[in-house]
Amino acid sequence: MKNENEDSNRRKFLKLGLLAGTATVTGLGIKKSLFANPAEDTGTMVKVVTADGEVKEVDSSMVAHPSEEKLSQFNPRTAVPGKKFVMVIDLARCANARKCIEGCQSMHGMLAPVEYIKVKRMQDSELGAPYWFPTMCYQCDNPPCTKVCPVDATFKRQDGIVGVDSDRCIGCKFCMAACPYSARSFNFGRPEQVAFSEAHHADQDKCCATKSGTEGTVSKCDFCPESSAKGVLPSCVSDCPNGTIFFGDELEDAVTNGEETFRLTELLKKRAGYRQFEELGTKPRVYYLPPVERQFPFEEATEVHNTQE
Amino acid sequence: MTDKEFAAEKTTYETFTQEEYMVMKRDLLQPIQHIGTWGKVWIGFLITVCLAGVYAYYIQETKSKYVTVSLRDYTMWGVYISNFVFFVALSLIGVLMSAVLKLTNFEWYRPLARIAEVIAVAAIMLAGVSIVAAMGRPDRLHYLVMYGRIQSPIVWDIIVILTYVTTSLVLLFIPMIPSMSTCKNHLTNKPKWQMKMYDLLSFGWEGTPAQWKSLKKNVKILTIMVIPLGVSIHTVTAWLFATTLRAEWDSTNFGAYFVSGAFLLGVAGMVVAIFTIRKSYNLEKYLTEMHFDKLGQALVLMSFIYIYFNINEYLVPAYKMSGLHANHLLSLFVGEDALMYWSVVLFGMLIPAILPLFKGMRKPLPLTLIAVGVVIAAWFKRYLIVIPGLAHPYLPIQDVPVSWTHYSPSLVEMTIVAATFAAMLLIVTLFSRFFPIISVWEVAEGKLEGKDEIINYK
Repeated sequence: MKNENEDSNRRKFLKLGLLAGTATVTGLGIKKSLFANPAEDTGTMVKVVTADGEVKEVDSSMVAHPSEEKLSQFNPRTAVPGKKFVMVIDLARCANARKCIEGCQSMHGMLAPVEYIKVKRMQDSELGAPYWFPTMCYQCDNPPCTKVCPVDATFKRQDGIVGVDSDRCIGCKFCMAACPYSARSFNFGRPEQVAFSEAHHADQDKCCATKSGTEGTVSKCDFCPESSAKGVLPSCVSDCPNGTIFFGDELEDAVTNGEETFRLTELLKKRAGYRQFEELGTKPRVYYLPPVERQFPFEEATEVHNTQE
Repeated sequence: MTDKEFAAEKTTYETFTQEEYMVMKRDLLQPIQHIGTWGKVWIGFLITVCLAGVYAYYIQETKSKYVTVSLRDYTMWGVYISNFVFFVALSLIGVLMSAVLKLTNFEWYRPLARIAEVIAVAAIMLAGVSIVAAMGRPDRLHYLVMYGRIQSPIVWDIIVILTYVTTSLVLLFIPMIPSMSTCKNHLTNKPKWQMKMYDLLSFGWEGTPAQWKSLKKNVKILTIMVIPLGVSIHTVTAWLFATTLRAEWDSTNFGAYFVSGAFLLGVAGMVVAIFTIRKSYNLEKYLTEMHFDKLGQALVLMSFIYIYFNINEYLVPAYKMSGLHANHLLSLFVGEDALMYWSVVLFGMLIPAILPLFKGMRKPLPLTLIAVGVVIAAWFKRYLIVIPGLAHPYLPIQDVPVSWTHYSPSLVEMTIVAATFAAMLLIVTLFSRFFPIISVWEVAEGKLEGKDEIINYK
């Protein structure tokens, strides 16, 4: 019982503090924040993961969070300072549990069949084994979508994210045509969606300054940078029961799925990480680890989702 | 200016027999002078369809687009965009049938020039309407001016299209100044405002040699300008597709392919237009069988050029059948779009390439039937470029509702498309009811070759 509690505490912290945390809060980081900003001990001990992957217990005042007030000023055009977000998806772990899809939909107040993150059944060759392939906006470093936007409604931010300003978007859908990954959605004002958004107006989008509810505009996955800045992992990461999706910061060279944290470069080196359609030159910020040594045998989806118009 | 020079100028510009000229003037002003019952019914019909389109647009913008429009996340561009491409293509009719023929001294262009230019102006305007209909937020149209970025092919398109519209309008208007004067002097029983309009728009045209000289010079400059502009508008429209990474559109051939298709459509559109105009306005003397004969030959030439680009566009990738193209090509050749694809090849390329080779097929009626086929096939051709091009993205479409994978235009979409056609025909019809659809002076000038009589054909 005690163990379980500890575990859930740890998970809670990890969920809350991870982004600001994980590798940031290394021994050095703690020291630095101590000297720069000598805060009073709160007496509450929290666990953090060091760069070496060790779990340490420190006082909660040592964990730096940007203040909540500051976060409310987020606008879709401003980058989270000092970050370069990156994602790694371990295809050996994906069992098509669809929890990432559901978590994402509930965070963004978005109803099926619209999915910012999709899980596709892929099979590279006839003899090759099929595998599940989660895909979302890759926040490309050479984004074909931002080039074609006539009004600068979609743009590359300094933290690596491709943002959408739904107050600027004119709804020409050129970015959707330009995206080779079909990552973008258009808000056609589906009646069910409109009714849902109205009923849940207060918590329409719980994680992003990029509003997905503006009718007649384009929206998509944006790695939930606002929650990240608050130290909350995107729900596709935290909701995955198998820890398939790793999220992190390229500058910190660390990614985490909420349970495990890896050095990004080492993980990609060791597991032969690759990016989808490298040959298109889009330079995605999402890496895949090939589906080798799988944690689960591949099972065909028994259920068809998204049948409702 | 000496008397001798003056006489020389007069000879160049103003020789014609009075009698011939009076007959010609009466014939060509007749559609304006008298509007029959059927003419009124036709205008009423077109206005009704336009109003239906306005109503459909009202429904589209006030109700949910998920319900009114069949577009979904994968096929996010539908008939509005393919219709836009069609109208941009059609607007190149002005380049080919007026400017190119004029500059290459094909004298038979004279009665065709103004018809082509009116269609061009109307078509490019309706291309703009189609684009606005496709926009998710038409209320933010002005953002294109406020926040426009030159990196975007859409902004290139807007720049060249606006330039083309302006140039075409001026090019249509300047040669009309003498015609306004003709209208002012010879039309009778017309309302006061109409006569006042002719008076205003003729800008005090006297027909002096200096005026003629200036008119000819300006027309020549604009005629030269309009050719690269026309080629640009359609090339940039092709780039809207070719600048994306989608395998189906990722083609260096696209600009030339689109322009050649537009020229074929231009010839076919011209055939249909002159057939309709000569029948309804009894202008057989001016839009002669010779014109059909020449246009039939042009149709063959343009068809072969278009076939050439189609071979490049479809058969070369089909030879390789790479994984990127296979889904798309197979769906066109043998899959769900095969019927439409092969109909377009047959009616839009093979028939116009082969049948008009025979002289009998270049008579007005058979040639018009062929041309109608080409125009319809041209519309479906644009549909085939836009929509199946979206249906086969790199990552497979999975686990979505049926309507997301199969696009077929909704009633609202088709009504708006029909209305754009009606509006284009309405613009051309109304124009022909207020202004001479065949330029009196240009035709007269063509006939004066070798004649000595000097008249002032005001």
